[in-house]
Amino acid sequence: MKKLVAALVGAGTLLFAAGSIAQQQTLTVVSFGGAYGAAQQRHMVDPFMEKTGHRILFEDYSGGIAEIKAQVESGNIQWDVVDIEVIDLERACAEGLLEEIPRDILPPGDDGTPALEDFMEGALDNECGVGVIFWTTLYAINTETIGENKPSTIQDFFDTEQFPGKRALRKRPQVNLEWALIADGVDRAEVYDLLATDEGQARAFAKLDTIKDDVIWFDSWSQAPQLLNDGGAIMVQSANGRFYAAIQDDGRPFEMIWDAHVYDLDVWSIVRGSPNKELALEYIKFATSTVPLAGMQEVAYGPTRKSSAPLVDPAVLPLLPSSHIDAGIKADGIFWADYGESLGEKFNEWLLR
Amino acid sequence: MSEISLAKADLDSARRELRRRKLTAFLFVAPLLVFLLFAFVAPIGSMLFRSVHNPNVAELIPDTLDQLRDWDGEGLPDPEAIRQLAIDLKRLANDRTSGRLAGEVNRIQPGASSLIQSTARRMRGVDDDELAASGDVLLLEAHANWQRVEIWRAIRESGRAYTIAHYLTALDLERTPSGEIQPRDGPRIYVALYAQSLRIALTITLLTFLLGYPLSYYLANAPARISNVLLIFVLLPFWTSLLVRTTSWIALLQTNGVVNTFLMGTGILSSPLSMLYTEFATVIAMTHILLPFMILPLYSVMKGIDPSYLRAAMSMGAKPIPAFFRVYFPMTLPGLSAGALLVFIVSVGYYITPALVGGSDGQMISNLIAFHMQQSNNWPLAAALGSLLLALILLLYWTYDRLVGARNISFG
Repeated sequence: MKKLVAALVGAGTLLFAAGSIAQQQTLTVVSFGGAYGAAQQRHMVDPFMEKTGHRILFEDYSGGIAEIKAQVESGNIQWDVVDIEVIDLERACAEGLLEEIPRDILPPGDDGTPALEDFMEGALDNECGVGVIFWTTLYAINTETIGENKPSTIQDFFDTEQFPGKRALRKRPQVNLEWALIADGVDRAEVYDLLATDEGQARAFAKLDTIKDDVIWFDSWSQAPQLLNDGGAIMVQSANGRFYAAIQDDGRPFEMIWDAHVYDLDVWSIVRGSPNKELALEYIKFATSTVPLAGMQEVAYGPTRKSSAPLVDPAVLPLLPSSHIDAGIKADGIFWADYGESLGEKFNEWLLR
Repeated sequence: MSEISLAKADLDSARRELRRRKLTAFLFVAPLLVFLLFAFVAPIGSMLFRSVHNPNVAELIPDTLDQLRDWDGEGLPDPEAIRQLAIDLKRLANDRTSGRLAGEVNRIQPGASSLIQSTARRMRGVDDDELAASGDVLLLEAHANWQRVEIWRAIRESGRAYTIAHYLTALDLERTPSGEIQPRDGPRIYVALYAQSLRIALTITLLTFLLGYPLSYYLANAPARISNVLLIFVLLPFWTSLLVRTTSWIALLQTNGVVNTFLMGTGILSSPLSMLYTEFATVIAMTHILLPFMILPLYSVMKGIDPSYLRAAMSMGAKPIPAFFRVYFPMTLPGLSAGALLVFIVSVGYYITPALVGGSDGQMISNLIAFHMQQSNNWPLAAALGSLLLALILLLYWTYDRLVGARNISFG
């Protein structure tokens, strides 16, 4: 008899467990991987699973909107939440590839500040995304191999007389054309206006011509620290978090040069037509609240909420893009939505010339 | 005659048997056919179709395009057409599809994207009656660029559902407003890149032949004990991941890599050579990766050649070298054809290795196709570039068939 009761209880527990599994949903969240993805896993994905009991499949991609576009156009939605660069966000949202995220669902900061005031400028500009990080593109040098005379400005990057050696840049027009104009003496505030004109574009390419023979072009940010480390290049462009991870975790003797860095945001967005939209909104509400955002400091990407600032380690603070806003310019997503393709073609032509 | 001698029942049963066998044979092949249909025929068909058919704009603003049909392309269009666009833009802004229109028009007229987006956002706030009454004025007031004729031409041009414009772009050509075809007044890169891809592919084919032929000859004629071991050395890299092999070339060729360190250590060089991120790196890495495609068909054909032919030729007085070229070499041609075609066709569309080690001058046409698929999202142009590449390969294959004969191909 006891055995029977035990068996019944056991069966009941099993049924109950099965029932709760059926209610548990699975959300697919996609981001950029690497040290950044690991930080998101620790501070956003894992705590959310623990808190709600839902399952998250956390996957990697390499940016761009091609995959989102393919999913939405075919109606076969695989991804629910995507970490997307603002430079792509403008276009993805306007093409109807993303869901609108209502602002009134965002919780206030932990210090009680209403969400709309708590988020920093730019973090809620586009109705399809909620800002996750401030990050920036800059160049770094290897203090062991650079010698006595250290470059410190963007002009130095283009100065092959004083600083002979290879420079490494990502193979795309973005950031490189901005840098060329700034190094050529253009005021930072006028860069995008000038780049929209034929003369401005010609001027930027002419400036790039002066270093063309000294440039190594690479395709992915992950190649950058390697290029600086093995001595292939003396000045290398990358995202600040990549260099930070190389310095912090691998003890590399790199130094970041903040002059004319081009900063941008990443946001969480929801793919249009996601079958788990409600849960996706829950996730975004959680992941963009004060404490999870503050966790992004681990990879030196700045939080998008003011209320996260007190939680940032004072030692990391000078390495966050937000501490160098005055030295940099904001990447213009609208400009690149207009000219990304035509300048991309011109850039490829220039490379082959 | 034999049919007559058979009884009708026998004939029927023979036919039934034949049908049954055909059906069985078909069922055996069916999975492959279905696979080919879904994985090969359908995607290629859809690519060909996409390269000439782009109904996006025609579906988004049909009424405006109707109004623009009679416009002569000079000066601003009629106020009705402008008003209709203002009304359409409001509708698109409400559906959140104005970005699709913006993206399509922007391809023809860079800068149109933000113009259409900002105007659509503005029209969203205007009520319908006001739009119907004075939409044209509101639209022209929204941005000074609406006065530019090029914008309106671009809208009309992007509204054509069927167009060969992407093929023209892929050949560095364009159509003038009056309809003539002329060299493109923008970046001209694609023809040069096709030529570069063909040149790199030919170089690689030649190199794999020079490296692979002697080796295959040795493998085919060496004692089994040695040739089996050596064959493993050919196959081992063949089974290794493509990415691993490409990355190992990065380690070898980079500025402080193995090759440079060795050359400088032995005093042959005083400063490192830059070998990585050049066409040289693309060619050498791809030659290594594709070498087995040349060796394996050559080896299996050579294995089947009776060595007594060569001995017979020499016993009849031929010198070794003429005997080789007049007797042995022609017999290996089927394997050589197969190997060369495989290497050439695989390498002309290669993508990952040039992207990783090619730098700026080692790029191939596939890298630009990937650019238009992933970054600029100009899928119709990517489809046109891909279709042209396919046509080019078919053309080369056809030429080859005329000159050498495709029936001569043998994999052993």
